[in-house]
Amino acid sequence: MTESWRQPRRILMAALGGLTVFYLLAPTLVIVPMSFTEAEILSFPPQGFSLQWYEHMLTDTQWSTSIVNSLIVAVLTAAVATVLGTLAALGLSRGRFPGRSLVNGLVLSPLIVPVVVIAIGMFGLFVQWKISGSVLGLVLAHTALALPFVVVNVGTSLQTMDRNLELAAANLGANPRRSFMHITLPIILPGVVAGAIFAFITSWDEVVTAIFLTTARFRTLPVEMWEQVRQVVDPTVAAVSTTLLVVTTGLLLLLVFVRRQAPA
Amino acid sequence: MTTADEARSRTWPSLVGGRPRVNRWSVLALPAVVFLVAVFLIPLLAMTLRSVNDPPGAGLSNYQQFFTQGAYVRVLTNTFWIALLATVSCLVIGYPFAYLMTIVSGRVAGLLLIAVLLPFWSSLLVRTFAWQVLLRDTGVINRILLDLGVISEPLTLIRTTLGVILGMSHILLPFMVLPIYAVMRRIDPEFSRAAANLGASPATAFLRIFVPLSLPGVLAGCLLVFVLALGFYITPALLGGLKDQMISQLIVQQIQQRLDWGFGTAMGVLLVAITLAFLFAASRAVRLQDVFGSGIGED
Amino acid sequence: MTAEAMTPTRPAAGERPALVLRALTKHFGSAVAVDGIDLDVRPGEFLTLLGPSGSGKTTTLRMVAGFMAPTSGSIEIDGSDMTRVPPHRRDVGMVFQNYALFPHMTAAENVAFPLRMRRRPGAEIKKRVGEALDLVKLGSFGDRYPRQLSGGQQQRIALARAVVFEPRLLLMDEPLGALDRKLRESLQLEIIRVSRELGATVLYVTHDQEEALVMSDRIAIFSMGRIEQLGSGADLYDRPASLFVADFIGESNILRGRYEVDGGAGGWMTRDETRWRVGAASAGRSDVASGAAAALVVRPERMRVLADGATPDGLNTADATVDEVLYLGPDIKYQLALPWGQRISIREPRELDARELERGERVRIGWKVEDGLLVADPASA
Repeated sequence: MTESWRQPRRILMAALGGLTVFYLLAPTLVIVPMSFTEAEILSFPPQGFSLQWYEHMLTDTQWSTSIVNSLIVAVLTAAVATVLGTLAALGLSRGRFPGRSLVNGLVLSPLIVPVVVIAIGMFGLFVQWKISGSVLGLVLAHTALALPFVVVNVGTSLQTMDRNLELAAANLGANPRRSFMHITLPIILPGVVAGAIFAFITSWDEVVTAIFLTTARFRTLPVEMWEQVRQVVDPTVAAVSTTLLVVTTGLLLLLVFVRRQAPA
Repeated sequence: MTTADEARSRTWPSLVGGRPRVNRWSVLALPAVVFLVAVFLIPLLAMTLRSVNDPPGAGLSNYQQFFTQGAYVRVLTNTFWIALLATVSCLVIGYPFAYLMTIVSGRVAGLLLIAVLLPFWSSLLVRTFAWQVLLRDTGVINRILLDLGVISEPLTLIRTTLGVILGMSHILLPFMVLPIYAVMRRIDPEFSRAAANLGASPATAFLRIFVPLSLPGVLAGCLLVFVLALGFYITPALLGGLKDQMISQLIVQQIQQRLDWGFGTAMGVLLVAITLAFLFAASRAVRLQDVFGSGIGED
Repeated sequence: MTAEAMTPTRPAAGERPALVLRALTKHFGSAVAVDGIDLDVRPGEFLTLLGPSGSGKTTTLRMVAGFMAPTSGSIEIDGSDMTRVPPHRRDVGMVFQNYALFPHMTAAENVAFPLRMRRRPGAEIKKRVGEALDLVKLGSFGDRYPRQLSGGQQQRIALARAVVFEPRLLLMDEPLGALDRKLRESLQLEIIRVSRELGATVLYVTHDQEEALVMSDRIAIFSMGRIEQLGSGADLYDRPASLFVADFIGESNILRGRYEVDGGAGGWMTRDETRWRVGAASAGRSDVASGAAAALVVRPERMRVLADGATPDGLNTADATVDEVLYLGPDIKYQLALPWGQRISIREPRELDARELERGERVRIGWKVEDGLLVADPASA
């Protein structure tokens, strides 16, 4: 970059940047204060301050069961996706076999196929397998969607790890299993945790496959919100949105914290 | 003798000389492969089969049905049109922003990155809902403009193409900014200094040196945004009008409401085919590794 | 190479070698990295594998460590065949170039790791770790993490970790490459001290010939996957077996020409109209055929500027013009041009009263016949 600066240009760039940041952050942030309104409808500016909509969200059976369902599905998805994804990342990174790049592509493909198509494909088959509308069906779907994130995170950790450390461990007497448990795993743990967090977030926020794979009796939070949003919009939706945001942001901050603790 | 050669032959599970074709680590990838084939590939294949088999013996009639009816073809063209608009708007907003990220200090760049990534990870539904709240006739934007006296009647912002584009760009912006930023970061600042030394004004240096060098990132970003935009469902459903219907909405309508599986799955296959076609065409022009992150285990 | 050019590779009768490599070969596809190495290393010996990058020395070391399987050949450590044994069962110590200290463990935990792998009791581990840390003079640093240690300290911890389980063989892969000069020199002495205290056999890899000369009992010079010459530092310096070795170790002046045998003892090197005598000893050690292209290697400190008019017997001479005069503290180095344009250098201690030459001066230079080492010249046909 040339060091010769002209002030107007700099100001213009800063203004554009600020505007873009505003565009990026403002919409979501606007919802937060609106969720605390005392009024019966969503209005801006919000009137008064009340937690009634959060209360409603937690006491209303439809909302509260959907929160619980979302949690269950997200935790299970994170668990399964992390295990499958970590193994896959190890296999892709350390393994040598024909068709490795194909497997690589397969693992990343859920990111490319439009989610609507994934949803109807799964819906069609899961109905036949009688798992549509169940926790199992949704966890399977979400795991497939979350898998790429786990593989990429763990894979990056594996790739940036000093390979000599595994050689040193072997030289010092550790067989492959002990070398993995004592050396590799502790070092890639931040990547694994990051993958787990992204898997959770993916399931927690996921709406399209959930629309198809849930029923009136078994709903997740985003689906409940989707149903509500197209009809009557009461501020509970704003409270729900804020809750979704808080959970996601909290997890991302946790992630940043975990990354800082990485030893290598 | 290179480390790559060493790494390739260093496989202590099988210490017979020469390079083994498959080593023990490979088996770890199996569970995920089996899982994805069962839960991801097979449903897609079943869907493709259904598109030519529902009603039984349909053959390509579902596809014919799509292309022979003007209404449906309009939806397809509209999908392309909206995806294109979203791409352009993301480019217009995203390119200067990515550039800004390269010229500020490290700390500020980090903050800008967070500003891009945070919404990226927030729920798409929440963000679309937020735009709904902003754009409605009784929404935030209209309230502010009315209160300030700028307008006397609410503007129609929702159920318009503008609304859809605003919402989609908001969600797709990170996909434009990140690839462009990644490429811009790697452009050696020495090039601009050399250009200046050789007599180019800052504007010329920017246009003739920097911009061309940033093009791979631009191409990658545009490709990514366009392909993702094609498949959007939630945002056009909430923010768009009837004219703005995109193909994914049509698919959902056929499956959920009309229960016409044959037609719905055919459109699904069509959407995937179009997506893959674009990706393939662009992989000729851009290294996909830069777009989707480096492949795992490519040393 | 004749027998006299190398010190004997076989150990004395009754003394089993610590490491034996036989016809060790490694191919990477069609590239040959190691081309049939034979080597016997005596117990307690410090043997260095020296050579330029890509010469096969690191590949050889990694095969001994077990990180790489040889394409053919055998590796015997202390009498047992280790060729197919995986690395975690070979019981050799290894110090890596970039230390390879486990970042998530303290220095003490790093050093304790091999003992834990061997399932030694906790009290014994604590004691031996303490001893190993004391050995490398870092006794109070056990609780630090690698990132809290300097490069030199990390290297010493790596050394402690490699010796704590008392391996029969110690391997070192350019361990001092990443350190600055002063640190390198002090660590060189440290490594020698530690290995002597333990009585360990050391196989050391480096591309730095000075380092090799300082530390080793014997040096194996590697070139293109083969050992060019094996011997002590003095052997290699005073009696290089080939042009490669002569050029790699120390500085040399290389005078090319054609070699003719002269009756029974020695011969003559001819170049254009000049003729130099080749001594019997040197001719006997080399295997240059009569009539073949050859080179005479003369070390700079063996050449002298002759006083005007002096032509003592037993000296080869040549005319030269002084090109550069370099002051090296206690020594002075002249760079001169020979009549055919070739540059040579002469290194002399600076005498207090002697006159120092000036640029452009024409002089006569000379060297003792026996200081001219005859080697084959592979470059010319």
